[in-house]
Amino acid sequence: MKIAVLSGKGGTGKTLVSVNLAAAAKTSTYIDCDVEEPNGHLFLKPKGIQEEEISVKIPKVNNELCNGCRKCVDFCKFNALAYIKNKLIVFDDVCHSCGGCILVCPEKALIEKEKVIGKVQKGVSGEVTVWTGILNTGEATGIPIIKKLLDVNNPQVDRLTFIDCPPGSACIVMESIKDADYCVLVAEPTLFGVHNLNMVYELVKLFNSSFGVVLNKCLEEENPAEKFCLEKNIKILGWIPFDNELGTLNSNAEIAVNKNEKYRELFSSLLDTVTKEVQHETIINS
Amino acid sequence: MKIAIPVDEKTLESSVCASFGRTPYFLIYDTETKDSVFIDNSAAASTGGAGIKAAQTMVDNKANALLTPRCGQNAADVIKSADIKIFKTTSASVKDNIAAYIDGKLPLLDEIHAGFHGHGGN
Repeated sequence: MKIAVLSGKGGTGKTLVSVNLAAAAKTSTYIDCDVEEPNGHLFLKPKGIQEEEISVKIPKVNNELCNGCRKCVDFCKFNALAYIKNKLIVFDDVCHSCGGCILVCPEKALIEKEKVIGKVQKGVSGEVTVWTGILNTGEATGIPIIKKLLDVNNPQVDRLTFIDCPPGSACIVMESIKDADYCVLVAEPTLFGVHNLNMVYELVKLFNSSFGVVLNKCLEEENPAEKFCLEKNIKILGWIPFDNELGTLNSNAEIAVNKNEKYRELFSSLLDTVTKEVQHETIINS
Repeated sequence: MKIAIPVDEKTLESSVCASFGRTPYFLIYDTETKDSVFIDNSAAASTGGAGIKAAQTMVDNKANALLTPRCGQNAADVIKSADIKIFKTTSASVKDNIAAYIDGKLPLLDEIHAGFHGHGGN
């Protein structure tokens, strides 16, 4: 059972929700797909780390074969190629590794070479297996790293798996949620929070995903994100209070579930709601 | 001698565009014949690598010098490989910059920014 946790912006509480659900589930897998700024490991503190480098293929030019037709330059939507003074220049950092230039080259002057863009780490934190994707600074896209993270975890379908997504609703988020059984959208109780919730709401609808919302940082006063959910008839999975104690635990990189009985109950109950929802959706859709 | 300037409008009265890669137009000005040619910048709406594509346009139009307020690293790499000199514009007016260039009063652009898209320049 794969549960993706996402939100329209950073700092909403994706990692808070993901690591605490993983800890509440005890035997589970946590996958940090926020490869530009992975921070789940700060809370889970995994041990016995094993690493694997992730490479992409980028073009390498043989200038003796290149006849300057510029088909590759015209093809590249990212403008990673330039033809200057009878010489083709490749901008490695701009290349998105689509391989198109190699396909369109009539002279076979372009070949593939490997370029390391980051790594994946696997470790253990109690009964939680922790996977972390790390993209090197300045690289064009973290999608190859996310693909690797999700591919290696594909066989463990019965195990509760929490996918901590990157913020927003761009390609890297789509890659992170596309095979998830359920999406948990985390939202803040502000108008800005509603705007960001709407972004991911539209995304999960587009993907026909089953989903529900966790309202984080809840205060006594009116909650625009809750209002949005009620208007759109979106399932509210749980409410997390805007609470000094929780904030302190979290800012000290502690997992609230392991430190405080109140939060163990809160996240266990949330986990219960989420797993029931997933099973319910699975029955409906099967 | 052909000089290229990123411009906001297709007129000599235009101001210099603040962006090189995403300027709407380029003025290619010939200092000998005093001919002005305005060209559309096909890189303006690029998903990425606008500076590289705009620099390719400079090279293809056989510019000898580029007058711009700023220039990113990738674009500068292309322009320098083509032996085009980059000068820093000192005012907003296109005409004033052409005059200053002809008088030899424009400094070379020595501050190349790292770029805005994940090259450390965010």
